[in-house]
Amino acid sequence: MTTDHQMKPTAEQRLWMYETMWLIRTFEDTLAIAYFEGKLPPKIQPRLAFDLGAGPIPGEMHLAAGQEAAAVGSCAHLRREDSVWGTHRAHHFAIAKGVDLDRMAAEIFGKVTGLGRGKGGHMHLFDTNVHFACSGIVGAGIPQAVGAGLACKKLGNGAVALAEFGEGASNQGSFHEALNMAGLWKLPCVFVCQDNNYGISVNKAASTAVESIATRAAGYGMPGVRVAENDADQVFAAVGAAVARARAGDGPTLIEVKVDRFYGHFQGDPETYRPKGEVESLKKKDALKAYEARLIAEGLLDDARAKDIRARAKARVDAAIAFARQSEYPPADEAFRHVFVETTSA
Amino acid sequence: MTEAKVRTQAFFQAMVEGIQQEMERDPRVIVMGEDVGKMGGVFQSTAGLLKRFPDRVLDTPISETGIMGAALGAAASGLRPVAELMFVDFMGVCFGQIMNEIGKATYMSGGSLKLPLVITASTGGGFSDAGQHSQTLHGLFAHVPGLKVVAPSNPHDAKGLMITAIRDDNPVVYLFHKAILGLPVMSYVDVTIDDAVPAEPYAIPFGRARIVREGSDLTIVGLSQTVQKAAVAAQRLAEQGISAEVIDPRTLVPLDVDTIVASVGRTGRLLVVDEDYLNFGMSGELAALIAERLDSIRLKAPVRRLGIPGVSIPYSPALEKVVIPQVDHIVQAAAALMSLKLA
Repeated sequence: MTTDHQMKPTAEQRLWMYETMWLIRTFEDTLAIAYFEGKLPPKIQPRLAFDLGAGPIPGEMHLAAGQEAAAVGSCAHLRREDSVWGTHRAHHFAIAKGVDLDRMAAEIFGKVTGLGRGKGGHMHLFDTNVHFACSGIVGAGIPQAVGAGLACKKLGNGAVALAEFGEGASNQGSFHEALNMAGLWKLPCVFVCQDNNYGISVNKAASTAVESIATRAAGYGMPGVRVAENDADQVFAAVGAAVARARAGDGPTLIEVKVDRFYGHFQGDPETYRPKGEVESLKKKDALKAYEARLIAEGLLDDARAKDIRARAKARVDAAIAFARQSEYPPADEAFRHVFVETTSA
Repeated sequence: MTEAKVRTQAFFQAMVEGIQQEMERDPRVIVMGEDVGKMGGVFQSTAGLLKRFPDRVLDTPISETGIMGAALGAAASGLRPVAELMFVDFMGVCFGQIMNEIGKATYMSGGSLKLPLVITASTGGGFSDAGQHSQTLHGLFAHVPGLKVVAPSNPHDAKGLMITAIRDDNPVVYLFHKAILGLPVMSYVDVTIDDAVPAEPYAIPFGRARIVREGSDLTIVGLSQTVQKAAVAAQRLAEQGISAEVIDPRTLVPLDVDTIVASVGRTGRLLVVDEDYLNFGMSGELAALIAERLDSIRLKAPVRRLGIPGVSIPYSPALEKVVIPQVDHIVQAAAALMSLKLA
């Protein structure tokens, strides 16, 4: 199956995708720099090159710059009640799904105002208001999306469940078990596999027996669609068809999207496994810049409006980061709360 | 006044009735797992449910990770799944979803995500199924945070604790020992703890131990089938003039610490009988509970433990009965404990 070019985004949808891509990019680029505060010499102990747990943003950091198109092209079709199940690298989908940016930033900074009151961190973001969840274990969210799809079908609420993951996750058993179950039960699920060519350090050719992940759909009784370019409009078309199919009760779809990973697997990753100059050449065909140029060429956008959108994104991100910085750390007793929910339904 | 005739049931019937009544009460409850539909569960743990609820009982592929992940997603999205792992041993296939996902999501969401789901699984050996189909493993579930752990020893508790498990808004692991289900294909310990099962729904609160038998010389704590073995052993010990108190915690998480500690405080002696591995498990945990309270408990003898002693459960009946605690082992250990003194 090829990409369905029938489904075209409206001007309003394209501007939303553009603006949201900017918001994601700005968030990621801002975090990329803020992340190293307090982590680098001379502020840290001698003999350390880098102190992962130090500074206002502790822990590992996996950024999704270069993967924005997959998120906006997908989430443009989702309603609040549709769920998204993401990965350790999920800021782009979280933002596109409408996760509260202030509380997301606060969670990343480990503050009590965060989505998880400082107990999840950037790999484990949960926003029940917009039905977003992500997990730090590769492939873990895929069967969870199947369960969400099962609930949508059993409850007949018309919602869909979308799992987003990387090409590396398609080598996990959970991917294969989940897709089989979704195909078997014709669940309203959409599986968006983003091929950024790297499972941490190992590239796709060295880890994956097939060139196209989409071909794996054939084993699970569902269409497989390949979006060969990192392009929001093409993702929009493919996911739009898949979401429509899911809502109509016709079952799941696997979509493979080519994306780029501009940063390392984690911030501070020396990326010795990457060919020299690869990131620079990927950035030359940056999907966000290309999209901006196209919208300008088509008359939907001009330089002034683009500048305005970029400024808005920066202001929004700055406000979220400021909220995070100004928030309090959780009090000690917070560590002992929420192992279980504190209510029980009768 | 005439006494109403008490209705008795086998464990598996009581457990199924608990699920069935909750399914009648709450349309969000579904059952999923391998062979839970047409077959009614290989251990009859879902017998008859498909017929009553054709749209709410799902035979799944043999995909344990898929089942557990789907249980999480379904619970997060408005259903209340009861997801069966046929043999608890199969948790090895899918422990990532149980430990890292189901057990942690509520905590990592700061309490905003609730996961009302029940994982059911058969446990236990004694029938020569060897190392991959004979374990109990309740200690593993209880070891990691975020899972409530239930292991009833009798039909009455089987129903009441199942109902509580399904009504709980948190993940509950509900374990049933194969050889106490009352199936016609497996021998059983010839003792009745409590098989009175009222027809109407009833919920037994978690975290409340049952004192199966009162006694004054020593406290024996078991779980699931070892409660039954301990009850038989206590009877034989009584014939030797030893008065054993038998306690069934019923749930490991939450654990009724007070009842256990109070009993040991009275008797001064503790014997833990566990069908799980001895090392780093329930028996060690209970011993530690007492050790930590020696400023307020006066022990008369050291704590003693019976459990699977750091080996896989062997196939041959000649070997299996050596490593799984038997009634004879309990009687011997209890009698020996009576003659031990503190240093």
